[in-house]
Amino acid sequence: MAGIAIPHVTYANLEDEMKILVAVKRAIDYNVKARPKSDGTGVDLANVKMSMNPFDEIAVEEAIRLQEAGKAGEIVVVSVGTAACQETLRTAMAMGADRGILVQSDDEVQPLAVAKLLKAIVDKEQPGLVILGKQAIDDDSNQTGQMLAGLLGWGQGTFAAKVEIGDGSANVKREVDGGIQTIALKLPLVVTADLRLNEPRYVKLPNIMKAKKKPLDTVTPADLGVDIAPRLKLLKVTEPPARAGGVKVADVNELVAKLRNEAKVI
Amino acid sequence: MEREAMEFDVVIVGGGPSGLACAIRLRQLAAESGHDLSVCLIDKGSEIGAHILSGAVIEPRALNELLPDWKDRGAPLNTLVGTDRFLFLTETRAIRFPTPPQMHNEGNYIVSLGNVCRWLAQQAEALGVDIYPGFAAAEVLYHDDGSVKGVATGDMGRHKDGSEGPNFAPGMELHAKQTIFAEGVRGSLTKTLFARFKLREGVDPQVFGLGVKELWEVRPEKYQQGLVTHTVGWPMDSKTYGGSFCYHLEDNLVAIGFVTGLNYENPYLSPFEEMQRFKTHPAIRDTFEGGRRVSYGARAISAGGFQSIPKLSFPGGLLVGDTAGFLNVPKIKGTHTAMKSGMTAAESVFELLRAENEPGKEAVDYPHRLKNTWLWDELYRVRNIKPSFHWGLWPAMAYGALDTYVLRGKAPWTLHHHPDHEALKPAAQCREIVYPKPDGVLTFDRLSSVFLSNTNHEEDQPCHLTLHDDTVPTRLNLAVYAGPEQRYCPAGVYEFVEEAGQQQLRINAQNCVHCKTCDIKDPSQNINWVTPEGGGGPNYPNM
Ligand SMILES: Cc1cc2nc3c(=O)[nH]c(=O)nc-3n(C[C@H](O)[C@H](O)[C@H](O)COP(=O)(O)OP(=O)(O)OC[C@H]3O[C@@H](n4cnc5c(N)ncnc54)[C@H](O)[C@@H]3O)c2cc1C
Ligand SMILES: Cc1cc2nc3c(=O)[nH]c(=O)nc-3n(C[C@H](O)[C@H](O)[C@H](O)COP(=O)(O)OP(=O)(O)OC[C@H]3O[C@@H](n4cnc5c(N)ncnc54)[C@H](O)[C@@H]3O)c2cc1C
Ligand code: SF4
Repeated sequence: MAGIAIPHVTYANLEDEMKILVAVKRAIDYNVKARPKSDGTGVDLANVKMSMNPFDEIAVEEAIRLQEAGKAGEIVVVSVGTAACQETLRTAMAMGADRGILVQSDDEVQPLAVAKLLKAIVDKEQPGLVILGKQAIDDDSNQTGQMLAGLLGWGQGTFAAKVEIGDGSANVKREVDGGIQTIALKLPLVVTADLRLNEPRYVKLPNIMKAKKKPLDTVTPADLGVDIAPRLKLLKVTEPPARAGGVKVADVNELVAKLRNEAKVI
Repeated sequence: MEREAMEFDVVIVGGGPSGLACAIRLRQLAAESGHDLSVCLIDKGSEIGAHILSGAVIEPRALNELLPDWKDRGAPLNTLVGTDRFLFLTETRAIRFPTPPQMHNEGNYIVSLGNVCRWLAQQAEALGVDIYPGFAAAEVLYHDDGSVKGVATGDMGRHKDGSEGPNFAPGMELHAKQTIFAEGVRGSLTKTLFARFKLREGVDPQVFGLGVKELWEVRPEKYQQGLVTHTVGWPMDSKTYGGSFCYHLEDNLVAIGFVTGLNYENPYLSPFEEMQRFKTHPAIRDTFEGGRRVSYGARAISAGGFQSIPKLSFPGGLLVGDTAGFLNVPKIKGTHTAMKSGMTAAESVFELLRAENEPGKEAVDYPHRLKNTWLWDELYRVRNIKPSFHWGLWPAMAYGALDTYVLRGKAPWTLHHHPDHEALKPAAQCREIVYPKPDGVLTFDRLSSVFLSNTNHEEDQPCHLTLHDDTVPTRLNLAVYAGPEQRYCPAGVYEFVEEAGQQQLRINAQNCVHCKTCDIKDPSQNINWVTPEGGGGPNYPNM
C-alpha cells in the first residue's frame, strides 16, 4: 500500500490521537426539588440525591461518540469537589471515559476557581478538545467554559448542538436566539454542550464494574498551584416567590386587557 | 433476544434493610470462614434509599447482632425515643391511653430508614458487596429443571409502544446459585414466585395497610426531640383499621404519617385525604403551625403477620423481609424483623453453598432456622391482634387487651384474614365522603404532594401499570365502585377523563411512587404493577 496518499492522517495509537478532557460536576439531581435551608445559607443537600450535571453527561457522551467515530483518543474526565465526586467520575468512566482526575477540595469552588484548576489540568494533559456542560443546574452560572477558554486563549464553541471535528479545526453549531449559528474554529478548542447535542446512553451494569478498575488520580488545588479563594460572596438563598393561581380568560380582548392593566407587560 | 449475562454466587433483589442485612451477613461469613463468595445486590431506586419510606422508630436488636459497633461506624441512629404517647381521637378531643406494651419504645431510635439504608449500603460495599442501584429486576430466570437461575434487569430505552428507541439497551441476566428476593411489601417478582411455586398454599392471604407520610420542618418551639405519638380513632370510622404516627427526629424534623387498612369497604374513602384531614385535628395541627412540609411519600405495609407468612424457600432462592411479610403489626415495626430474616437467610445460604456449591438447590433449613430465632416467637405472640380489627375498633381494642395482658399471645386459636381487594362494597351501598378542601398550608392536594416525592419516570416508556383487561376500569371499577383507583392512589396516577363522550381511565404513570396499593386493592386484581425502567420512581430524601 506504500505510495498511496492518505488525505487525513489517522493514527493507530491512542497516545497520538487527540485527547479529550471533559469536566463533570456533581450537582443536585434534576428530579429533586431544591429546598433552601431555613437560615438561608444555601440549599439543603443532606441525604439528597446527587448526580452528574445533566449537561455534563451530554459532554461525556459527545466525547465517547467522537472516540467511537475515530476522531479522538483518550477521554479524561475531571471533577472538582469533595471525595464524593469520585462517584461522578466513576459514572463517566462507566459511560466510556478512560481515566478520571479528582481535584479534591472541601471548600466552596466558584466558576473562576474551577476554570483555573481546569487550565492547570489542561497544561498538564495537553488535550486537543475540552468539553464542558453549558451550565450546571445547581448554580446556573454558565461561566466556567467561557472563562476556561479565556484563560487558555483558545477558541470556544458554547451552547453546542452539533460538533464536527475536521483536520485541525471544528465546526460547531450553536443554539442561539432565533436559530442555529454555525461557527468554524481551530483546535485546540473549548466546547460547552447544550441539551440537543446528543442523548446520553444508558450505563450498562458490566461497564459499572469495569469502571471501578479504571485509573482515578486525586490532586489538590495546592498541588496545581491554584488559589481557589472565593471572589463572590453568597448573600442569601431563598425560595422563589409562590406563583399566584392562574385565571381563565373568556377571550382575546380580556387577555390583552389583563396583560396591559394587571400584569403591565404590554 | 440475546442478553449479556453475569455470574455471581448470590444475587439479592432489593436494597432495603432485609436485602442489605443479608448481603452484609453473607460477606461477614465469607470473611470469617475464608470461603469466598460473590454477592451482588440491585435496587430499582436511583440510589440506595431513594425508594425507602418508613416511619420509623426502630428496634436496634438485629442491628446490634449484625454490626455491634454501629455507633462507632457512624450509623445514623441519633434520636432515642423519649416521651411515648398513645392517643384515642374523637373529632374534637384526644384521650390519652396507656401505651400498649408492644408499643413501648425504651431503647428504640427514631430514624430515617432511607438514611439507615444508605449507611448499611456503605458497610456492605466496604465488605465487598457489589451494589447496583438504578437497575430493576424485571423477570425471574429459570433453569430447565424449574429452579431459579437468577433475574434479568429491565430493558432501557424502549418507546411507549414497546419498540426500541435510539439508545435502547437490553436488560442484563444476573445468574446466581441462590437468588434472594428482598423486594419489600408486595414484591412484583415475588408475586410471580408465589404463583409458580405455590408458596401461599395453606396460609392466610396477605393483608395490607397504606402509609401516607410527610416530613416537616417545624418551628423550634413546637419541636421536642424524641417525642413519639400514635393515635387511633378519628378520622377513621370504627369499622376501618387505621391510625397515625408522629415522630420528632433531629434538626426540627417531624415525620407524620397515617396508615389506612386496605381492607376498607367504602370505595369513596381516600387514604390520602384521610391523612390530610387527620392533620387538622386540634391535638395534632399545632405542631405544624408555622412549619414547612419538606417531603411526601407513601408505601404499603404488610399487615398479615404470622398467619400470612408464605413458604419461604424454593429451588434456587429465598424470600426475606416484608416481601414475605415479617412485619410485627401491633408494633408497626418491620425493620428489625426484616433484617433478622435477611441475616438468617444469609446463614442458611452460606451453609448450603459451602456444602454444595451448585446452582438451583433449595435452602430448606431457612424456615427452621427462623423458627429458632426471636423473630418467630415475636410474630406468633401478636398474631391475633390485627385480624380482630375485622370486628371493629372497640371489640378489637378489648380483644387486644385480653390477648396481650391475659393470654400473652398464647391463645389456643388463630384468627384469619380476608383478602383486601374483596372488601370493597359497591358504591351504591356506601355513603359518599366529602373531604375538606386543602388550605395549602397544613393540608395539600395530591399533585403538590407528589411533587415533593421527587418522583419521575422517563415518559416515553411502556406503562408499568399494566391492565389484564382494559375494559375493566370503566365497565366494573367506575360503574360499580365509582372508580376507587382515583382515591386510593396516593400519587394521583389514575384519573377518569371524558374521551369521545365516554369516561376513560387515564394512567399518569410518571407520578407513581411505587407504593403498590393499586396492585393490592383493585377489586378484580386487574392491575399488575411491573417494574418501570431502573432509576425511575421517587427520590426520597430523609424518609
Ligand atoms: C436537562 C435539563 C435541561 C434543561 N434545559 C433547559 C433549556 O434549554 N431552557 C430552559 O429554559 N430551561 C431548561 N431547563 C430548566 C427547566 O426546564 C426549568 O426547570 C423549567 O423551564 C422551569 O419552568 P416551569 O417552572 O415553568 O415548569 P415546570 O417546573 O415543569 O412546571 C412547574 C409548574 O408548571 C405547571 N405545568 C407544567 N406543565 C404544565 C402544563 N402542560 N399545563 C399547565 N401547567 C403546567 C405545573 O403545575 C407546575 O407547578 C432544563 C432543565 C434540565 C434538567
Ligand atoms: C409508613 C410506614 C411506617 C413504618 N414505620 C415503621 C417503624 O416505625 N418501625 C419499623 O421498624 N418499621 C416500620 N415500617 C416498616 C418497615 O419500613 C419495613 O418493614 C421495612 O422497610 C421492610 O424492609 P424490606 O427490606 O423488606 O423492604 P423495603 O424496605 O421495602 O425495601 C425493598 C427495596 O427493594 C427494592 N425493590 C423492590 N422490588 C424490586 C425489583 N423488582 N428490582 C429491584 N429492586 C426492587 C425497592 O426499591 C426497595 O428499595 C413502616 C413502613 C411504612 C410504610
Ligand atoms: S400507581 Fe399504584 S403503585 Fe403507583 S403510586 Fe399509585 S397506587 Fe401506588
